[in-house]
Amino acid sequence: MITVENVDKHYGDFHALKGIDLEIESGSLTALLGPSGSGKSTLLRVIAGLEIPTSGRVILDGKDVTNLAPQQRGIGFVFQHYAAFKHMTVRDNVAFGLKVRKKPKTEIKDKVDELLRVVGLDGYQQRYPSQLSGGQRQRMALARALAIEPAVLLLDEPFGALDAKVRAELRTWLRRLHDEVHVTTVLVTHDQEEALDVADTIAVMDAGQIAQTGGPRELYDAPVSDFVMSFLGPVARLGEALVRPHDLELSVDARDGALEAQVVRVVHLGFEVRVELLLAQAGEGAEPVVAQITRAEEQALELSAGDIVWVRPVLAAA
Amino acid sequence: MLEQSRSTRITLRCVALAYLALLLGIPVGLVLYRTFEHGVGAVWDSVTTPAAIHAFSLTLEIAAIAVPLNTVLGILTALVLVRGRIRGKAILEAIVDLPFAISPVVVGLALILVYGRIGWFGPWLADHGIAIIFSLPGMVLATVFVSLPFVAREVSPVLREIGDEQEQAAATLGASSWQTFWRVTLPAIRWGVAYGVVLTVARCIGEFGAVSVVSGKIAGQTETLTLLVEKRFTNFDLAGAYAASALLAIIALATLLAMTRLNPRKDH
Ligand SMILES: Nc1ncnc2c1ncn2[C@@H]1O[C@H](COP(=O)(O)OP(=O)(O)OP(=O)(O)O)[C@@H](O)[C@H]1O
Ligand SMILES: [Mg+2]
Repeated sequence: MITVENVDKHYGDFHALKGIDLEIESGSLTALLGPSGSGKSTLLRVIAGLEIPTSGRVILDGKDVTNLAPQQRGIGFVFQHYAAFKHMTVRDNVAFGLKVRKKPKTEIKDKVDELLRVVGLDGYQQRYPSQLSGGQRQRMALARALAIEPAVLLLDEPFGALDAKVRAELRTWLRRLHDEVHVTTVLVTHDQEEALDVADTIAVMDAGQIAQTGGPRELYDAPVSDFVMSFLGPVARLGEALVRPHDLELSVDARDGALEAQVVRVVHLGFEVRVELLLAQAGEGAEPVVAQITRAEEQALELSAGDIVWVRPVLAAA
Repeated sequence: MLEQSRSTRITLRCVALAYLALLLGIPVGLVLYRTFEHGVGAVWDSVTTPAAIHAFSLTLEIAAIAVPLNTVLGILTALVLVRGRIRGKAILEAIVDLPFAISPVVVGLALILVYGRIGWFGPWLADHGIAIIFSLPGMVLATVFVSLPFVAREVSPVLREIGDEQEQAAATLGASSWQTFWRVTLPAIRWGVAYGVVLTVARCIGEFGAVSVVSGKIAGQTETLTLLVEKRFTNFDLAGAYAASALLAIIALATLLAMTRLNPRKDH
């Protein structure tokens, strides 16, 4: 288990982490999610020992490691830009942690071959990092981090430098790997889809603080703030309230708590239909509100551009 | 990239080649030509006189002390300049560049002012029977000083370019700073180091001004190859001067070749 207790980090007079408290269960896959500059990397590096917090404590499996160097923490770290050892072959990269621990040669060889099989790089032993694709490099970096059997695996936007398709593949693969290896994993990302897709627990960060921690469902359905809500998925603003587009109910007659709106556009996306609405109370140039309804609902309403409808949140939204 | 027409490309190449030939090829070629003009035997005789052999070994001796010293110091300095979290880096940078800025003759004079008979430490040194000026230690000091910046200057940009992520990765994998340096940092900067060493060697064996001031030019004792070349030249022994120059050029070429033997691997 990783416990972060009241951690503050200042860079000069910039306050990058503000009183962070976080508990990460053993064997879980936790995502640190937040916009750029919110302090995700800083927090991860504090856990790794690559940054020393200004105050507060980091506890790994019951042991206070706040003042321990990264070497002594038993962690694996994967960097966004791979940090591959460019002058070493794939084999030597993965073997690095074992070599500095002076493990026997045969043990190192077996372990490296096994790990390369696990990450799907069997047969690439003799290549140099420059001869690998980005995705392959990152899998090599992951194998290198796993070789020392870390108690904790820390990943800083590991797929950030890859294109969308490879990213999606790799995160599914990471999830499967995690289900096999069960190492406590913390993944930094600014991509909500990635976090919702792979993590058991998500900690949403905002301006150096943790805005909310919880399972993907919990965060999506019961966000504690507008920030968390809008960060975790699409939202529509109805007056003061933020609502998910699929939690909007449309009707042709006025109902309790419904607002009058004019249909701007109806977009058919297969099973679902997106209806763009301009609220009557909204001023000039306001962004349209997007409602997401099913095709059956849309057929019942027979909407077309210019129609007047009434819109309100679905009452049993939760 | 801009498409270069064939003629522009050829013209550019000719200009570059002519420039190199004029500045480098012709003078060096002439030295070699003049050297071997009267046959190999004469050259052999003139580079195997006792004075020449002594000058040759003295030059190598000085380089053998100054080059390793400046290599280690240069790498350390570069590490402090690029990775260190200290105040006063600007001052350190300036100090590293000082030998480039100061004329070697001034360096020699400064050493005499400090260690010479009437210098700061002169009397104390004399009392203890230690000779620095007009002997080997002074010449080594002068050479170390003038060739100080090369390794640091070549290594710094390489260090900056590779960044510190590989070093951080090594740390998370359990490597001590020492292991990280030998296994990760040094292999990554070895080209910068090699190039810096070539330049340092060239400067050490070719140094004239500072060494000439502190050496006293005692034949058979404190006479390096460059000093020998100058002496022969002023004594109208042109053939001898050419032969000694050729020897200098051969040492320089040998270092260059030795460095290129460190084959580049596929790590770019
Ligand atoms: N070494 C540093 N010196 C000064 N400020 C820093 C340093 N490292 C980070 N910061 C600042 O701390 C804040 C948080 O940085 P951090 O790298 O943790 O953000 P992040 O959430 O990882 O963002 P991104 O998604 O862009 O990687 C940023 O505003 C950044 O400018
Ligand atoms: Mg970051």
